[in-house]
Amino acid sequence: MKLPIYLDNHATTRMDPRVFDAMKPYFMDIFGNAASRNHSFGWEAEEAVEKARKQIADLIGATAKEIVFTSGATESNNLAIKGVAEMYAEKGNHIITAVTEHKAILDTSKHLEKKGARVTYLPVQTDGLIDLDQLRDAITDKTILITIMYANNEIGVVQQVKEIGKIARDKGVLFHTDAVQAVGKIPVNVIQDNIDLLSLTGHKLYGPKGCGALYVRRRNPRVQLTAQMDGGGHERGMRSGTLNVPSIAGLGEACELCNREMAEEAKRLSHLRDKLKDKLMGELDEVYINGSLEHRLPHNLNISFAYVEGESLLMGINEIAVSSGSACTSATLEPSYVLKALGAGDDLAHSSIRFGLGRFTTEDEIDYTANKVIEVVRKLRELSPLYEMAKEGVDLTKVVWSPH
Amino acid sequence: MAYSNKVLDHYNNPRNVGSLDKSDPSVGTGMVGAPECGDVMKLQVKVNPDTGVIEDAKFKTFGCGSAIASSSLATEWLRGKTVEQALEIKNTDIVNELSLPPVKIHCSVLAEDAIKAAIFDYKKKQGVHSAEAVTA
Repeated sequence: MKLPIYLDNHATTRMDPRVFDAMKPYFMDIFGNAASRNHSFGWEAEEAVEKARKQIADLIGATAKEIVFTSGATESNNLAIKGVAEMYAEKGNHIITAVTEHKAILDTSKHLEKKGARVTYLPVQTDGLIDLDQLRDAITDKTILITIMYANNEIGVVQQVKEIGKIARDKGVLFHTDAVQAVGKIPVNVIQDNIDLLSLTGHKLYGPKGCGALYVRRRNPRVQLTAQMDGGGHERGMRSGTLNVPSIAGLGEACELCNREMAEEAKRLSHLRDKLKDKLMGELDEVYINGSLEHRLPHNLNISFAYVEGESLLMGINEIAVSSGSACTSATLEPSYVLKALGAGDDLAHSSIRFGLGRFTTEDEIDYTANKVIEVVRKLRELSPLYEMAKEGVDLTKVVWSPH
Repeated sequence: MAYSNKVLDHYNNPRNVGSLDKSDPSVGTGMVGAPECGDVMKLQVKVNPDTGVIEDAKFKTFGCGSAIASSSLATEWLRGKTVEQALEIKNTDIVNELSLPPVKIHCSVLAEDAIKAAIFDYKKKQGVHSAEAVTA
């Protein structure tokens, strides 16, 4: 086993060597512009792009023509939300989303609010799921889009997408889902789930960075978007710009591998995740899982070690790459807004660690990680005045603190 | 973010971890910060009432590595100082010693506050217990 150990697969994944192999010919040998219609260089590039389109579509139950290539999920999310808001402006100006969405959704929504749109940010329950009745109640005759993520990037909670899709369909509202964490990890099917728009990206499923896609439904209903980038009219006019052929070939291959290996991989990773969880919870007291265990990605564990601050824990396990919801590890010096939205209290957000397992995670790595985390948590609790007080029976919620 | 070697040293080998008897009149206890802010420091000093010299100092800290290092360093500096000398320790001294980056300056402020709170607690106890306070 080699150190450091990478357990931050919600941030990004290592490229699968098979994906890299699939990309190689398209850098120097097959370098044509996929939009060049009158010579073999262009045809070969186009062939690669169309193959990838099919591979991606097959993974999510779509047809190839419904896949629009983008630079990644942030662009896909921007294109979906802004594109719908502009195209359907005459129908309405109301968008529904949730407070635990990724910033690419929240900040895009805020941008539209400044331009006159009305946005409802649904709260989540303590398990991280939105309340479907609240969603139903939020829909008005001005609602044009519901955008709810498939699976959360921090807590791995998988929303009840099928039910959300059905509600949206019944009310005649378009449904977009940011599915970057779910696609290739759990079964996603745009037909069964009534999804109209779906964002995905290469680097979360062992493919290249800087390349993603937006699924745009073509029938029942036919979804239209206002392009957000003007130019040569590529991608059915929805996203201009010369296609990134090597990365698209890689994204396609990555999707095909996921399609083939997902079921087996999910089983293996959920076993390892449960082993890690059981070991941590068996050996340490006052350990809390953030978000629903039942509705969760198989490779995610987000867990809070009470009375231990996250950054100091990361420092002690510095040969294990994970992330924390602690304020000290964020650029804004605010604890995770996702964990705060669960209502568990800021102190547990400060104490949280996100483990993201992946295709290359081994059992040895999980055993090592569990032992190391247990050792460091114990050491830091010896240092923690809060742990001492809790052991003395002091109710920490009743103490008058001096916030600073 | 990279930590300085001194922060790493204090994190890996924290000095003077522990607790002193809170009810001892020669012990002053300072507890600052709040769990929801992500750091709480408890710093205690044991003072020789005759000489005013801090004979022992202990800490426990819930917080990031820089907060742990700041309080660990504070206990090192407090030992052997008089109460009045201890009050002269400034957060900037801690920043310089540990090479703390700007985002971690609040850790040093918290350590200075903890020192002051501990000494204040000691003085308050002495005020109650000493004859001088009674006659005053």
